[in-house]
Amino acid sequence: MSAPAQVADALSPLPGHGGTGEPVLQVRDLVKHFPVMSHGVVRRRVGDVHAVCGVSFDLHENETLGLVGESGSGKTTISRTVLGLESATSGQVRYRGRELTELSRRRMRPLRRELQIVFQDPYASLDPRISVHEIVAEPLRIHGRYGPGADDEVRELLRLVGLNPEHGNRYAHEFSGGQRQRIGIARALALRPRVVVLDEPVSALDVSIQAGILNLLMDLQSELGLSFLFVAHDLSVMRHVADRVAVMYLGRLVEIAPARQLFARPAHPYTQALVSAIPLPDPRKERARTRITVQGDVPSPVRPPSGCRFRTRCPKFAGQLTVSERAACVEEVPALVDRGGGNPVACHYAESVELL
Amino acid sequence: MTESVLEVDGLTVEFPTEDGTVRAVRGVGYRLERGEALGIVGESGSGKSVTALAVMGLLPATARVRGSVRFEGEELLGLSDARLSDVRGKGIAMIFQDPMTSLNPVHPVGYQIAETLLRHNPDLKARGARARAVDLLGTVGIPSPERRVDAYPHEMSGGMRQRVVIAIAMANDPDVIIADEPTTALDVTVQAQVLDALETARAETGAALVLITHDLGVVAGHTDRVAVMYAGRMVETGSVEDIFYTPRMPYTLGLLGSLPRLDREEARLTPITGSPPSLLHLPPGCPFAPRCPLRRDACDGAEPPLRPAGGDGHLSACHFSEELVGTGAGEVFEAAGADSAALARFAEAAPVNTPEEDAV
Ligand SMILES: Nc1ncnc2c1ncn2[C@@H]1O[C@H](COP(=O)(O)OP(=O)(O)OP(=O)(O)O)[C@@H](O)[C@H]1O
Ligand SMILES: Nc1ncnc2c1ncn2[C@@H]1O[C@H](COP(=O)(O)OP(=O)(O)OP(=O)(O)O)[C@@H](O)[C@H]1O
Ligand code: SF4
Ligand code: SF4
Ligand SMILES: [Mg+2]
Ligand SMILES: [Mg+2]
Repeated sequence: MSAPAQVADALSPLPGHGGTGEPVLQVRDLVKHFPVMSHGVVRRRVGDVHAVCGVSFDLHENETLGLVGESGSGKTTISRTVLGLESATSGQVRYRGRELTELSRRRMRPLRRELQIVFQDPYASLDPRISVHEIVAEPLRIHGRYGPGADDEVRELLRLVGLNPEHGNRYAHEFSGGQRQRIGIARALALRPRVVVLDEPVSALDVSIQAGILNLLMDLQSELGLSFLFVAHDLSVMRHVADRVAVMYLGRLVEIAPARQLFARPAHPYTQALVSAIPLPDPRKERARTRITVQGDVPSPVRPPSGCRFRTRCPKFAGQLTVSERAACVEEVPALVDRGGGNPVACHYAESVELL
Repeated sequence: MTESVLEVDGLTVEFPTEDGTVRAVRGVGYRLERGEALGIVGESGSGKSVTALAVMGLLPATARVRGSVRFEGEELLGLSDARLSDVRGKGIAMIFQDPMTSLNPVHPVGYQIAETLLRHNPDLKARGARARAVDLLGTVGIPSPERRVDAYPHEMSGGMRQRVVIAIAMANDPDVIIADEPTTALDVTVQAQVLDALETARAETGAALVLITHDLGVVAGHTDRVAVMYAGRMVETGSVEDIFYTPRMPYTLGLLGSLPRLDREEARLTPITGSPPSLLHLPPGCPFAPRCPLRRDACDGAEPPLRPAGGDGHLSACHFSEELVGTGAGEVFEAAGADSAALARFAEAAPVNTPEEDAV
């Protein structure tokens, strides 16, 4: 994009919402393609999965930025690329003004401490062969910080996340799903990070257990001033935890706004469809709702539609636009800019709608 | 006599295992009126699927099943396999979370629908069956059904396959549809499409529905009555309004208090601490007692039976259900999060890394 300063303004929180000050993390024009190889003996590159296409956002101190979108929209790819677990095809990731994508391994290492991740699957992400104490202690060892007193530090971490420190000698499989997720959080906190990426941290849990984890995360953030990049597909969870929400569709950001505004007055037809599709646990309200429904399935990210990627399912495109208006949707990629509603929206015909 | 299409009484299922007997379902009963929709909710492992499989006669042979399941007055437990599959074909359709459980990978979807139609209407000609299959695909919301009718299941997305399964269920013209987490694996916009298809199927066949799901929002919008399961038992049942607006069992109240809401702002959620009991070693008394903030000595004595709790047909299995009248989850459950003392010490102990200290 040609005017980075302007973009930064549009992608930062509005006054009075969420974090303040300089962004901790700045992501600009992030692109990630995965090669698609042919089958057969000689494997050739036959195309690309356009997993993430020109995504830009800021994350501020003490802020939770939610990243929502349906399966395959690129949420995990963004999380992994931001943390350097995956190399970007192009674009920049700046942490406190330092360009992460250009750092050498050695120079990256101390920064690694400050950016941590918690994964979705508490079953798969913890080493089954070592005790819980060791799982939490491991990052300290790797970073040469396991000094005298570290044993107490680990016990304190377990206590902090609501686990009994006496159980440190047990193995991950002896804990319930919710407890395992707490172990993952204790491990992520061990190095006292400033930014934590949470990739679907509660999606695998029953709601009664999920609520405890959400409370824990919110306490940690407010007390420690952490910044969260919070990935989820559950919009109700998002509404509860996020200061701002960024909505992904097929590799692109389609709308970003303070949480309250995004749910009260979504402006992108895809955001509207998402909000509209979430069932409310309130029988009278749920029966009385009018719905904006979309047709069909998400197209393949190998050959995404030209222009606006949502056009093949967009109810506005199908039902409201004239033939000549549709031309813009087909030909021009809609930029993520403020279109009068106060927040960036990537739709040529954005229009706020009240749905709840 | 009764209007019920399906009556389940005292249903008990046990699985003998190396570690002992798993008491998966412990005396579940419900009646389903013609055309009615019953939602079954509850934590993972509470016995929702095993109950459904027992009704359908689809449990493994090792399972010990007792009680009674009557469909249109006919007892199904103990029926011969042949007779059972007859009832299943005509009377009760089952929709699983994974649509491939019900689809045949080697035949086009239209063929599978047509086959079902021909089985029920021997007079129908092949061409008529195919035309009707196209109709049904359109009815469940599949785009360009004339083209899709010849597609194989693997050529379709998960949401489309699930709608094909619903189309096949419609071809059976069932009196009861049992759907076990039919949309759990799907994205929300696709979930909405599948739920629409299910509503259409009910409207066209007049079938009653048993909808098993962990999503309380789905239950709120698509059922008339709700049964809440915990540790193999029904612990509360009533109209969908009873359950959502005036729950009378602490577990139900806790479940609702745990839910983040899209339609309002809540300061804090109230989780239920702990986890459900092992079905191998159930403690005596109320199975929810170890997690219940209202627990007292009486709760460890006899397991509370389902008893009337307020409105017509509203039942709750709690000795102290009347204490919940007029209370919200926030007054009963604690909004537990981080250990605040440990958190204060952690915040104090060493400041969070500053970039300066790490400058290279
Ligand atoms: N290593 C890889 N090789 C090839 N394609 C990949 C790879 N990782 C991800 N993709 C593809 O990139 C796209 C984005 O995937 P990603 O996992 O980021 O989505 P997501 O939004 O996290 O989805 P989900 O909600 O299912 O977790 C998908 O089409 C996926 O198939
Ligand atoms: N074949 C089996 N052998 C032994 N135990 C079984 C068997 N099938 C189910 N169970 C046990 O029965 C209990 C109830 O299982 P069920 O599948 O009905 O739970 P559910 O309520 O459907 O949970 P979920 O929400 O996870 O689908 C569980 O503890 C499960 O482990
Ligand atoms: S740009 Fe066109 S197709 Fe895309 S969301 Fe807006 S109206 Fe729909
Ligand atoms: S019987 Fe006792 S332990 Fe069980 S739910 Fe009621 S108050 Fe709680
Ligand atoms: Mg993901
Ligand atoms: Mg189940």
